[in-house]
Amino acid sequence: MARNPVLRTFSRHIMKPLAFWLLALPGLWLGWQWALLLSGQPHDLGFNPIETTHRFLGDAAIRILLVSLAVTPVRDLTRWGPIMMIRRRIGLAAFWYALLHILAYLGLDLFLAAGMSVSGALAGLWRDVAERIYITLGMTAFVLLIPLAMTSFNRVQRWLGGRRWQGLHRLAYPIAILAVFHHGFMVKGNQLGPWIHGGILAVLLGYRVFGMIARTRSQASAKAS
Amino acid sequence: MFFRTSRPWQARESQVTPKGLFLNRRKIIASGGALALSGLAACEAETASQPSGGAASGSRPTSGALDYRGTAYDVADTQTPYPAVTGYNNFYEFGVGKDDPARYADAMTTDPWSIEVEGHAGRTGRFALEDVVDFSNLEERIYRLRCVEAWSMVIPWIGVPLAQVLAAFEPTSDARYVQFETKLDHDEMRGTRFRVLDWPYVEGLRMDEAMNELAFLAVGLYGEVLPNQNGAPVRLVVPWKYGYKSIKSIVKIRFVSEQPETSWNRSAPREYGFYSNVNPNRAHPRWSQASERVIGGNVFARRDTEMFNGYAEQVAHMYAGMDLIENH
Repeated sequence: MARNPVLRTFSRHIMKPLAFWLLALPGLWLGWQWALLLSGQPHDLGFNPIETTHRFLGDAAIRILLVSLAVTPVRDLTRWGPIMMIRRRIGLAAFWYALLHILAYLGLDLFLAAGMSVSGALAGLWRDVAERIYITLGMTAFVLLIPLAMTSFNRVQRWLGGRRWQGLHRLAYPIAILAVFHHGFMVKGNQLGPWIHGGILAVLLGYRVFGMIARTRSQASAKAS
Repeated sequence: MFFRTSRPWQARESQVTPKGLFLNRRKIIASGGALALSGLAACEAETASQPSGGAASGSRPTSGALDYRGTAYDVADTQTPYPAVTGYNNFYEFGVGKDDPARYADAMTTDPWSIEVEGHAGRTGRFALEDVVDFSNLEERIYRLRCVEAWSMVIPWIGVPLAQVLAAFEPTSDARYVQFETKLDHDEMRGTRFRVLDWPYVEGLRMDEAMNELAFLAVGLYGEVLPNQNGAPVRLVVPWKYGYKSIKSIVKIRFVSEQPETSWNRSAPREYGFYSNVNPNRAHPRWSQASERVIGGNVFARRDTEMFNGYAEQVAHMYAGMDLIENH
């Protein structure tokens, strides 16, 4: 938490609410479009609203996850520390969109395909996870997100201790890699979208790896001298 | 489920009538003849007098309504609304988004249009589209379309039987397969600037499949000239196969002796076979093909996918004895 009272007020009353609404916006838009659709009005979900929903939620989850990974590099480059105060919020939003993505798949596809049977839908999900590599990857990414979301509270963070918490949350990188491959293996043909996500991820990951190497080197040279 | 309406005269038509006669009957309908026998003789004379190669009427409309006659090819399900048929397309040459073709396909020039015919055939060379398709002799066929992505539509196509067009090129006995190629123009087709697939798009059929009564060459839908996003000015429609077999905006027809390359098969052979017959029992490696989303109606509507998309009666005999999982 910021010690500077002005910054604390700014964070609490402006930055955090702003981040919240910005992150909620895609979800609110989607909900609004479904409300229009279900009430028989013109909407922007296209001719295959279920497909649109899956793509939209999946894209939201991946992109928000990438944004959460970009927070630290942005802080380093701009030297503007307060941005760190919204990192958790961004990471959690990625988790919520991923959860919605799976619930939509369960409810709008598997449940209907299984003739409106909940157990049939869950069996379908399990079969997909076992048989279809892109779903295996996506589901693994989501399962790994769960401990991150669960350890996002201050109290748990303190209980874990900074170093362990940080170690655990480095999982965000493998999760993002899994998510990008999930996307890439899902699309037909060689499409640009996953390459863009993958490119951004590679830059973010490269920045972190480079930083780590630089730190080890400077530590080594400090020891040597 | 049976795809045809249950009116008894429809079932009788394809079961009893021999194929040759059956094709001619299309023409009887054209002449409006209820007196079938006298009409048949007239039609045969007419067919013989044509120098082959379609009627070469020398003109074709490039927009608006087409003259055509109805046929018995119909399905029980409701037709997909026009906005969905023309607004939800896979035509990767214009982008991979479903609305990209509707947005960008207008850039494609479709007039003039010629088709290059190559390979094992008596008549090869470059033909104007109006010399390949007889625009004064068009018919409507309402077919189901099943996309490999597990969604489906019902579309009233306007066009001519593929067999009639191919026969006019006098394919030789070496022509065991026929390959089709889509136009490729990087300026007009913005999606081709990225290599989603190995452009140009190619597709193919075994010769007996191409000559099957259902294989259709469409130049229109819903009574009007094909919109560009649906594959103007001429496209294939093979309703018992996944949609990507029905190649759009055709500029080349090749009669070949070996099984030709096809774009999706080249891209991912494990996922897309040469035959690509609709088969609910053979899952795509990445998703089930057992059922499909119905586009254009109730959002939650699904239907069970049928073997050969419901056209088993007309096509199953061509695959007798073949392992359709192996030869997917």
